[in-house]
Amino acid sequence: MSVDTPKTNSVQRRPDWAALVIAAILLIVAGVILFDVSRLRDVGGYSQVGPATVPSWIAYGLIGLAIWTIAAAFRGDFPVREKQEVKPVVWIVAGLAAQMLLIRPLGFSIATGVLFVLTAAGFGARRIWISIPIAIVICLGIWWVFDQVLSLSLPAGPLENLLQ
Amino acid sequence: MSTFDFLLQGLAAAMLPMNLFYALVGVTLGTMVGVLPGIGPATTVALLLPVTYQLDATGSLIMFAGIYYGGMYGGSTTSILLNTPGESASIVTALEGNKMARAGRGGPALATAAIGSFVAGLIATLALAFIAPYIVKIALVFGPREYFALMVLAFITVSSAFGDSTLRGLTSLFIGLALSLVGIDQLTGQSRLSFGVPDLLDGIEVTTMAVAMFAIGETLFIAAQGATAPDKIEAVKGSVWMTGQDWARSWKAWLRGTLIGFPIGAMPAGGAEIGTFLSYATEKRLSKHPEEFGHGAIEGVAGPEAANNASAAGTLVPLLTLGLPTSATAAIMLAGFQQYGLQPGPLLFATNPQLVWGLIASLLIANLMLLVLNLPLVGLWVRLLTIPKPWLYAGILLFATLGTIGANPSVFELGMLLLFGLVAYGMRVFGYPIAPVIVGLILGPLAEQQLRRALSIAQGDIMTLFQSPIAAVLLILAALALIVPLILRSRGRGDVLTQMAASED
Repeated sequence: MSVDTPKTNSVQRRPDWAALVIAAILLIVAGVILFDVSRLRDVGGYSQVGPATVPSWIAYGLIGLAIWTIAAAFRGDFPVREKQEVKPVVWIVAGLAAQMLLIRPLGFSIATGVLFVLTAAGFGARRIWISIPIAIVICLGIWWVFDQVLSLSLPAGPLENLLQ
Repeated sequence: MSTFDFLLQGLAAAMLPMNLFYALVGVTLGTMVGVLPGIGPATTVALLLPVTYQLDATGSLIMFAGIYYGGMYGGSTTSILLNTPGESASIVTALEGNKMARAGRGGPALATAAIGSFVAGLIATLALAFIAPYIVKIALVFGPREYFALMVLAFITVSSAFGDSTLRGLTSLFIGLALSLVGIDQLTGQSRLSFGVPDLLDGIEVTTMAVAMFAIGETLFIAAQGATAPDKIEAVKGSVWMTGQDWARSWKAWLRGTLIGFPIGAMPAGGAEIGTFLSYATEKRLSKHPEEFGHGAIEGVAGPEAANNASAAGTLVPLLTLGLPTSATAAIMLAGFQQYGLQPGPLLFATNPQLVWGLIASLLIANLMLLVLNLPLVGLWVRLLTIPKPWLYAGILLFATLGTIGANPSVFELGMLLLFGLVAYGMRVFGYPIAPVIVGLILGPLAEQQLRRALSIAQGDIMTLFQSPIAAVLLILAALALIVPLILRSRGRGDVLTQMAASED
């Protein structure tokens, strides 16, 4: 979805710090690329075109874009950001992190059930004691359909082993 | 054999019961996911990519094509009834369609969208079948230089020609290109940017990236907007059938929309959105009832919806004949081909004609299925929109991660999903487009291969790229596509380009 991004018309005195951070990230990525391919330099072969050629070009491109971004930051060319609610994002990130950590020990259904519940909580459905059991049962059903019927291998845990 | 014979053979292949079943599953899933707000065809195809791992190549590609077309149909339903376009190519449909729905004419709006999509899909798929062999012939004389130039043109049009900022479009593209470097270099076997992590040697998984960038980024972004007023779903009142007057006003718009949409989709020039805007403007100018525009003019739904589906079919022309994806959806479909070791392009027409023609023929069948699925069953799809937001987005993340887990059930992959989901969220907050990342990621390695071949042939002389007339023309076009919008924007004429922003597919 494209977001409406009105431009700031008034000339800002202060540079746009967020934009400067973006520029810094671009520079770091470019630096990492250049550092990583520096060990490949010798493999160029007789045509002078090797595995390091294109990565270096991309890194230079990123450096150029970083400079452009810095210029935009000082001119106040970046769109005004809408106010972001942090809490829902934290809920959802917690859900994804929980799924990542739980999937190996506890299997698909419990891990994904937790993700489901925390995401729903992020959107305002906070009665966790009701949603957790429902979510886990739904996920178990989905696991059964995809793993047993469509033979997509999804990690099994204690609950899944009961169904096998 | 002529195109016609090939197409008949393809139809015979597509009519096999198993393939019909795959097409039906594809269009159903595609419509279902396409109806959900915030998920466009690109995400739909990415989410469902792993589901097709177990199928044979023909079956799964038929399913993809069904998902793609289905996502396009489903998106129009959401735009008309919810005023939240399910995919960016339906934004224009929402303008008039939602007004019609509010005036109690939701049924005819849905009908003209579905029938218009059918007409456009039918004509455009036939056009695809008849044009493809000619482009394949042209493509056979293309060498690495020409391919590279073509890809540069696609990079520029996808990233910076449309949208509201050349800087941010190019930055997105370069992020995608940088990510595409990760893994083993295809020509020398050297590992690049994998930092000794075995999971990275194969490169960054396209599915993971697409799901993180679209589904997770979008969910985080919507969640961060806080509790807004609930979207109002317009009930479909009265008959879904169109009156005689509706037909009379629609049919020309369908044909004009197809004529506008197909060439735009077929050119290496970005997604389906541009055609829908042009079609809307055309209909507004030609209409006998210009006063109705903005208040629910049926032409304003019929034309853009036809253009939308015609350019979806048009996008398949460069994808199948040149192996060149010109939208995020096409890029993900290319990844779908690659998972079977198939490289779309002129050679595929020679080495695997059954597959290509079966795919094209199955598009015709998918189109027919969609008409049936969407007109009488529209009430069923509308029910999907009544799912409360918490459960809807929880479900979206469930399926999003299911795809990744199914492809590669590792903690590392889920970590990537989280990391790039956050990156995508940040990009949305700062107004960076997402599609160029995906196109850069998937097309990047192909472009590098062609460039290095071209340069190796010329012993490293960069000027070789400009010494082929075709390549030179393509590169000049790319340069124009980069410079002209910059000038337009600096003169304050950038609004038109912003409206045409190709944000999702």
